[in-house]
Amino acid sequence: MCTLCGVLGGSEHWTDAVARPGVFTRTADPLERRRERARRVIFANRILASYGMQLSDWQGTAFILSTATGKSEMVETLTHLWSVAERLSGRVCDPLDPALLARFGA
Amino acid sequence: MSDPVPQFTPVTLITGFLGSGKTTLLQRLLRDPALADTAVLINEFGEVGLDHHLLERIDERTVLLQSGCLCCTVRGELADAMRDLHSRRARGAVPVFRRVVIESTGLADPFPVLTTLHADPVLKHHFRMATVVTTVDAVNGARTLADHVESVKQVAVADHIVLTKADLADAAATASVERRVRAINPAAPLIRNPDLPTVSAAILAGDASASLQRDPLTDAWFAHELRTAGSDQDRRHADDIHAFAIVLDRPLDWTAFGMWLTMLLHRYGNEVLRVKAILNIAGTDTPVAVHGVQHLVHPPVHMQAWPDGDRRSRIVFIVKSLDRASIERSLAVFCGLDAEAAKAVA
Repeated sequence: MCTLCGVLGGSEHWTDAVARPGVFTRTADPLERRRERARRVIFANRILASYGMQLSDWQGTAFILSTATGKSEMVETLTHLWSVAERLSGRVCDPLDPALLARFGA
Repeated sequence: MSDPVPQFTPVTLITGFLGSGKTTLLQRLLRDPALADTAVLINEFGEVGLDHHLLERIDERTVLLQSGCLCCTVRGELADAMRDLHSRRARGAVPVFRRVVIESTGLADPFPVLTTLHADPVLKHHFRMATVVTTVDAVNGARTLADHVESVKQVAVADHIVLTKADLADAAATASVERRVRAINPAAPLIRNPDLPTVSAAILAGDASASLQRDPLTDAWFAHELRTAGSDQDRRHADDIHAFAIVLDRPLDWTAFGMWLTMLLHRYGNEVLRVKAILNIAGTDTPVAVHGVQHLVHPPVHMQAWPDGDRRSRIVFIVKSLDRASIERSLAVFCGLDAEAAKAVA
């Protein structure tokens, strides 16, 4: 659901674009789609660890975002990941934050 | 006979500040017989709409959105009007149209219009945003851009910029407006003579084919980007809106890039007015084009071939109050994190 307007089905993330001629997506082949989801979870967890959170796949259709203290919330797509992460952690998730980047050795 | 209705009808937004020549441009474009199958939605700010009369083409495919400005009060009306057009086309109640042109009010922020097309659960399956065409007035453009942030946004999000009234302005004024426009958006082709038939066809044809195959204008966009932003110098001006290009030598990990751009636009969507990229994605032979406007990113286009011999990823940003170095550093760090994910899933 779109968090801005409350319209159901309005939340497709651009990296999950419906497969059609000319569009680059990894949703066309089921195996490739699952592999991409697994890669996303691993990648996201590298970042989320800095905020004390963890992401896991849920039935191949959504994600569960959890904090170290046990709070958790379902996240439908990447569109909502960072807004939910900020709410659960109470912190700002800023990819330009020098402290965040320093953790990864930049 | 091929299906007369494209699977995704391309939508072109014509925007530009008040009096910058949007209706005149649209009028000229619609005179082109090649563009006869075009539905038109006109949004006027004010109680009495005039632009649709100036168009000289009032038929059932011309819709007037009159209850306010597109970016504030009539987004619902826009969605309703487009659904209605789609429905009537499907029923055969209107002549088939193969493209839609929306002319916005001069005061409108173009971003909400683009969002409407992407967010509406019906429209997003039948229409796709093709191009944004922005008119800039050579006589008053410099002052308008200095005084009205909406006009700066309109230029920033443009895929094509049409310089109007150049015949009424002196050479110095025209050059000044061009410099200003180039500083805001160095990548969009600047069209000085909108009367050229080839230009009119190319502007609205954004997709000529029903599929989302290679955009015929994409090459020009990036070729221009290399000539302008590729000089590696930021172009700044007083309101701190500036453009720069990041060039990456090694292939990008798609997962890492997607995660990074999503996080960047979540936090800085209001500051990233435009991002346009041609990417060399690891494991993919041909380039992927990514177009974004503020929080919105269009479905990535898988191009059929590289526009030239250069296989490096190129990302053009038009940003407000953001520092190039920190964006570049952040991208480098995120893309450096991809190795572990790739290894774990391989």
